[in-house]
Amino acid sequence: MSYAMEKLREEKVFKDPVHRYIHVRDRVIWDLVGTKEFQRLRRIKQLGTTFLTFHGAEHSRFSHSLGVYEIVRRIVDDVFKGRQEWDESDRLLSLCAALLHDLGHGPFSHAFEKVFQFDHEYFTQAIIMGDTEVNQVLRLVSADFPKKVAEVIAKTSEKKLVISLISSQIDADRMDYLLRDAYFTGVSYGHFDMERILRVMRPKEDQVVFKKSGMHAVEDYIMSRYQMYWQVYFHPVSRSGEVILQKILHRAKELHEQFYHFKHEPKHFVTLFEGKPKLKDYLELDESVVLYYFHVWQEEDDPILKDLCYRFLNRHLFKYIEFDPATEYKKYMKLVTLFTDAGINPEYYLVLDSSSDLPYDFYRPGEEEERLPIQLSMSNGEIRELSRQSEIVEAISGKRRTDHKLYFPLDLLKDESTKKNEKRQIKELLGING
Amino acid sequence: MLFEHAKILHAIRTAKEVVGRKKLQKMIYIAKRLSFPYQEKFDFHFYGPYSEELTLQVEELVNMGFLDEVKEKKGGYFQYRYQLTKNGGEFLELFEQKLPSTLDECINDMNKKSSRFLELVSTVLYFDALPREDIYKKISQVKSKQRYTKEEIDEAFQYIESLKSMVNNQQME
Repeated sequence: MSYAMEKLREEKVFKDPVHRYIHVRDRVIWDLVGTKEFQRLRRIKQLGTTFLTFHGAEHSRFSHSLGVYEIVRRIVDDVFKGRQEWDESDRLLSLCAALLHDLGHGPFSHAFEKVFQFDHEYFTQAIIMGDTEVNQVLRLVSADFPKKVAEVIAKTSEKKLVISLISSQIDADRMDYLLRDAYFTGVSYGHFDMERILRVMRPKEDQVVFKKSGMHAVEDYIMSRYQMYWQVYFHPVSRSGEVILQKILHRAKELHEQFYHFKHEPKHFVTLFEGKPKLKDYLELDESVVLYYFHVWQEEDDPILKDLCYRFLNRHLFKYIEFDPATEYKKYMKLVTLFTDAGINPEYYLVLDSSSDLPYDFYRPGEEEERLPIQLSMSNGEIRELSRQSEIVEAISGKRRTDHKLYFPLDLLKDESTKKNEKRQIKELLGING
Repeated sequence: MLFEHAKILHAIRTAKEVVGRKKLQKMIYIAKRLSFPYQEKFDFHFYGPYSEELTLQVEELVNMGFLDEVKEKKGGYFQYRYQLTKNGGEFLELFEQKLPSTLDECINDMNKKSSRFLELVSTVLYFDALPREDIYKKISQVKSKQRYTKEEIDEAFQYIESLKSMVNNQQME
């Protein structure tokens, strides 16, 4: 029997709080889970700094990746199997792509990508195609199998249906993270009837469609997603943690560029600081390593680096006010000047941060939009776009919501032992008393 | 954040007018790939490299009144026309950073091309880690509906070289 077809003698299961069990029968999947690159995902939190607000949000990208795999497994084995439009030979490709879709994420991915200007997708490709244990396992299936998996994850494969299972407006990735993040944060929103959605999924040539009878479950999913973005993912306190994290990385990079002599040489960061991160170095970087540096950087002589690290580790976060860039950008420039005069470096201590989400959008043929719509399969066989059938979805389609906040260290502004006048002017501009 | 918005405004002011969201997306992607300091994250969508972040910034600039967006019907579909407003000009005075003059040259040159061609150029750039022969194959796979010919793909390769030499010549002067 070929390696691709090889089954384990007995089914293995992982106990999971969201799906109850993750089932593994394929040797390939079992071997991939055992690779060091996949095990590394245990040491990377799924929600970055959200644990600073919702203390339960300590779950890892490892559990999310298994969850996405399990959802795709149920789709291809229980729902698609035997259907004319489904090519059974794409089964293993779908399972591997689902399991490995987040493989390139690093610690606190969002902040790292912003500061060091790289994409985790680049590393997902590099791990799958490079000299790694994951690549060795995939190559046992066939010489070109790593490339096929990488292309599905990068959305550059010709297998559009397989791509849509893990990357579309309703896919296994989103379904797992909404349910999992709701579970671990403990919030009451974020729940929807996934069982029902899976039952009404049908394969079509280019994408998955949903039977019209399941429309209300899909509506519920879209509303859950909307709630989770604004109640959890964009929570202003977690964003404050994220802002400080970005500034720590900025500061460390800047110091490195200025040939600052670190007491604790940041050797894990050097290739990132220099804009040419190597796969080997990147794979060694996980959250335990990053937090170790934040600990030791509290002992550095640089006052900004040590202060920011102290703030992050001890949750002494920045405060915030609502800010409208359209009408207040001149105020922002005034604040930059006043912060400088007050001896508080605005580059690190005055941060404008924005969050934005588009809950659902649809593509009209011929237009320039880039989102694949959710399609419903009607009882007469016609295909209709979701927002044309659902009034609830129509009401929020294409409607983006954006939120801007200005972050600053209130404690430094309240300390009037120095630069009293400047600090008072700043507080007045920010609308803060005392 | 506002400084990134200013770079988008700079490009549109340089071009005087950009017609089409797709065209703007591809111009910024190509500029980024030519090492101009755009920081938006791009990944692969129907029309090639696309940045959700850039879409958001443009929407914000329209909402802030810094960009004028005109939606117009063209044949069977709608397209969008972008120009800087007076308020946008004032904003730019405060937030504009020094950008290389070759950027303006490249932006103006790209703006003269069709969005179909820029879609092809950006897609070629997206796959530029592949050997040239594989790029032809890849484009026929992922862009089958656009039916690009080999001549068009060759023209895209030439255009990329001409943009690169535009950037390099200036650096050497």
